[in-house]
Amino acid sequence: MFSTEQSCWFVRKVICWRAAASIAWAVLLLPPITAVFIILSRFSFLHPIHTISECLSLLTSASAIFSFILLCGVILMVGFLNLEYYTVIPTIACSKIALLGQLLHPRQFVSSVVHCIMGIIVAWCCAITIGGRYETLGYPCIQSDGSPQMCLNEYQLILLLAGAFVGFSHSLLGVIHNMNYVSFHTVQQYKYLRFKGSLPLVVKCSAIQALYSIRNYIVVYFFLGYIPRAWICKTLNLHLTSSAHPLDSIAGLLDLSLFYHLWISATFLLFTWYITLLLFRIFVTEVYSFPVQSSFTEDAHQCLPKVLLTDKQPMILKFLALQDLALLSQHSPSRRCEVFSLSQPGGHPHNWNAISGECLSLLADLTQRLVAYHDTVATNGRAKSLSTGSERKTSSETSVTSGTEDLMSPRPTLLMKTPASVFARSIVGGPQSPLTAPFTPDLDSPFASPALRRLTAPVEQCSPWHGTVQSPHIMRRAPKLWSTSTDSQVNGSFPPSPASVPSPKQEASKPSLLAQFLQNRKEQLPEASSQALFADSQAHIWALEGLSYLVQASFSEDHFGVVQTALPSILSCMLVLQEAVDRHFKLPHASSKPVRSTSSIGDSTYKTLRFALRATLKTAIYRITTTFGDHLNAVQMSAEHRKRLQQFLEYKE
Amino acid sequence: MCSLALFPPPLPSGQTTLCESNNELLSGTSTEDRPKQVRFTAAVLPLSLYFPRESLKLHSRTESSSKAAFLDHSETLWMRSAAAWRDGGLTGLLTEITNSHTEVPKWLSVSSGCTLALLRWISSFHGSLFPHLTLSSEDMIAEFSQVLNWSDCVVRAFSWHPHTDKFAVALLDDSIKIYNPKSATTPTLKHRLQRSVAAVQWKPLCASALAVACQNCLLVWHVDPCSLSTRPSSGCAQVLSHPGHSPVTSIAWSPSGSLLVSASPVDTAVMVWDVAAESCVPLQRLGGGGVTFLSWSPDGSHVLASTPSTLFRVWETRMWTCERWPCVKGRCQSGCWSPDGSRLLFTVQGETVIYALTFTDAPGSPGIPTGSSKGPQAAAVVADLSETTFNTPDGDIIQYYTGVIFSVSFNNSSQSVSVFSGDPQAVDRPAIIAVFKTRTNPIFELLPCGFVQGEPGAEPRLMQFHPNFQHGALLTVCWSTGRITHVPFYFLSTGVPHFGLSGSPLLPRLQERPSAFANQSLFTELIS
Repeated sequence: MFSTEQSCWFVRKVICWRAAASIAWAVLLLPPITAVFIILSRFSFLHPIHTISECLSLLTSASAIFSFILLCGVILMVGFLNLEYYTVIPTIACSKIALLGQLLHPRQFVSSVVHCIMGIIVAWCCAITIGGRYETLGYPCIQSDGSPQMCLNEYQLILLLAGAFVGFSHSLLGVIHNMNYVSFHTVQQYKYLRFKGSLPLVVKCSAIQALYSIRNYIVVYFFLGYIPRAWICKTLNLHLTSSAHPLDSIAGLLDLSLFYHLWISATFLLFTWYITLLLFRIFVTEVYSFPVQSSFTEDAHQCLPKVLLTDKQPMILKFLALQDLALLSQHSPSRRCEVFSLSQPGGHPHNWNAISGECLSLLADLTQRLVAYHDTVATNGRAKSLSTGSERKTSSETSVTSGTEDLMSPRPTLLMKTPASVFARSIVGGPQSPLTAPFTPDLDSPFASPALRRLTAPVEQCSPWHGTVQSPHIMRRAPKLWSTSTDSQVNGSFPPSPASVPSPKQEASKPSLLAQFLQNRKEQLPEASSQALFADSQAHIWALEGLSYLVQASFSEDHFGVVQTALPSILSCMLVLQEAVDRHFKLPHASSKPVRSTSSIGDSTYKTLRFALRATLKTAIYRITTTFGDHLNAVQMSAEHRKRLQQFLEYKE
Repeated sequence: MCSLALFPPPLPSGQTTLCESNNELLSGTSTEDRPKQVRFTAAVLPLSLYFPRESLKLHSRTESSSKAAFLDHSETLWMRSAAAWRDGGLTGLLTEITNSHTEVPKWLSVSSGCTLALLRWISSFHGSLFPHLTLSSEDMIAEFSQVLNWSDCVVRAFSWHPHTDKFAVALLDDSIKIYNPKSATTPTLKHRLQRSVAAVQWKPLCASALAVACQNCLLVWHVDPCSLSTRPSSGCAQVLSHPGHSPVTSIAWSPSGSLLVSASPVDTAVMVWDVAAESCVPLQRLGGGGVTFLSWSPDGSHVLASTPSTLFRVWETRMWTCERWPCVKGRCQSGCWSPDGSRLLFTVQGETVIYALTFTDAPGSPGIPTGSSKGPQAAAVVADLSETTFNTPDGDIIQYYTGVIFSVSFNNSSQSVSVFSGDPQAVDRPAIIAVFKTRTNPIFELLPCGFVQGEPGAEPRLMQFHPNFQHGALLTVCWSTGRITHVPFYFLSTGVPHFGLSGSPLLPRLQERPSAFANQSLFTELIS
């Protein structure tokens, strides 16, 4: 199929190479990081010269080279996991149950196990490099009866388990803080400068995170440390010496040197992983310049309008295309000129039509999502019965598409229709294997947030222009990992409402208990549902910027007047969205600011996307009104919109 | 090059500059003296304001000095150490431990004393490299602010809204008032963190957002223009702060309204804020010891960032790379961009000349980020404002000494530049405002227009052009008396040059080739 082939070209030609380059840089950075680690872990103030010579000899030893190769393998694996798990649209758990569901997801489980194993490997390498009492797992000792045998070296065991623990907690925190979310920066910088700029943050984050993890680990080891110790002794046939006191005692754990070594190893581990993640983010979000039009037909599918239009594609491609659109509309007159140009035979503004149409449909989609959400919340969290739902739909639709009908009615193009489709990152477009959907909020699972599902449901069912075309895609795309019964699905998605009570499935007592439980836990994170609504708003922000800059530039650059024809629909689309956003921000919790956490490597940009969208929307409308001024009075639009536009013209918004 | 000697002689004392018409600065003792055709348009002028110093309720002593009023309360060492750590950080803790040597072990007090001495030595070394770091934060704002005698000035900052007729005034009592001719309410903004306001600026392409540079943070107020409230709550303000980034002395919005940059003389990084997301990207460049003044070019392509040492940078905003511009004599005090963003006028402390830099736009190559835009090689001197004497009609000799050119400002339609110079140290020499006219075609020139004079005894402290005045240009001046006045410049039309040295039309001469009047020592610039 054409589109699958196309998504292949981008992933194959761009994303993979970017990921490979980031991993290569991470591997190249490994030797200096390791050298610093060795010096820090073995440094003694009393013999500084001796330490340095020792470190130098260690760096060239065979064991160091072997452990270095192991570390390279770990970095490769981490980089691969980054590539596999990254997403440009964060998964936001709207309730604690949903978060638990994410944590218990099999895919997440696999990732945790892999991280555990990698943690053990890194910790083993650390143990080798630190040397001394950490070097081996077993050592020959004399038992009380005088017979020589192998005893367990608990120091290495505690270090290895620390690695496993830190790896595991890293993967758990990755889910909670959405560490796989890749955000795009508003400030463009060269890769080196971006890396240099965020390096201090990475050092700080890894040190602090390592400190917390090691603190938790020590508590866990104090209480449960005897279990793995006994198990290791049993499996490897090692013995415990009676002479050395065990480490899971207060006296054993109150060892500053041990604590320091645990902490520095955990910092080393987290630092290398964070660096890999950081490099991946920097490389993958780099601006990609799509040609606006190509003179060769075989490259036509790589052009900006085509890339924006095509349906099945990795989300990253759509995001990069929109970013490129926003940048070109702002900075590049020659490329803007291509956008405004007419096709050679025929004289149609295909480029502009495609770009503006796609941007408008993105915005209309967001408007509709907001209206649907608002209506759901306004009815006190009850889902409406289907009949009222469709009625509402038509009423909201008339307001949404009053000016834009001609643009969007025939095209089933939207990928970003609903959170359901939004959240599924399809790295390979076609029939999706379960493994390619990372952390997707499985809408079929009982753990997915009911609010989210309620949101998606009416849109899928009764939206006229994409209902028939789009819903099969969504159905197919949704991961089927949790093979849940239809009972729980129904109960989860439709909380008891008057309309659905008589349904026979409700009569079973167990599902209704579960439903009640879910209902109780539903709105525990009220701000999260608002965040989830705007999770992909970076795309809308770019669409708004791109459109408004293009319209602004058209005032002087558009020689054929192609933009003028779309101006009424652009304005009404923006005004309707503005109204919907305003209404949304009147809801409780929607305008509450999230707590800023600075000591986490996880990107929390998604938490403030709705504010950014609101600001960008206003600026975009103002950009158009200031450019055109009183000329806008000649634009055809409804009286309500004109009134609203007048507010903008008078700077009263 | 234009110099002050070419200027028409200043007004006799007692006369106040009212407006400009027909290339003459008209004066009078009151508003009624305005010529008729000028009075016709005077109706559109915004009101003049007067803030007498007595009307402002000033802050009493700072909090730390009230300690002496209370009885000494003995706390345990732990409590005191914790409090010292909270208040003064590591230095405070070390000082506390060193001071309480009777309670701590001897080795601890001695070692902390040594550490403290070492820290002080290092900081004094650092301070000797960058002397401004030893200033207190109030002094630092006063030193680097665009206001003359900032600490003593009633009006501490002023900002016109970029699109409408409203403006914000920051006063000595740390409040900000917003005046809008179309509404009866004048909101007063007060916030717990709004102290020592160094600069205010309205967000472009927005009706409500006002950024305020404060002592410890940045505030972004959202003042609803339709609201009738006179005291917006502090919930309307966003607080943007970054550790180590205070005091903030300069802020600049991008002309597209999307980003805000802020600078602090203590921090070597320029902060680029995404205000809605409350996140910032530090643009770190070592050297210079801090950033004092920022100015975003009107086309959005460049940002001027001056440092406390003899160096300033010009950032390009596409990929955020910068050019270094070392100055010979002193730090860059002020700068402004021509409306098309191609020219930067700047002044250097210790020199009484205005320099110009020309930036040629690189041809917009599609896609490829143009980091290689060819900048100018050296700055050219466009005006000399050194000491001049004028003979007044009464026979007095007025001596104009310009210690520091304090700020330069370009008006929107690129027709005039006003320069405001004065010396904070020299009391007997009053600060002056000189107005130049500019011409960009065929060459960039500064032509003299005149001096703007206030009431007797009033010195200019701050000035700004109205960004979109319909009838020409409107220069707003804040005086040392607490008065804010507006001086309109009525240009007949933008196309026809109406320049003259004494008011008589000089059209025929100016239409000759530039070389023809080179002997008049007007500045000419070769177009290469």
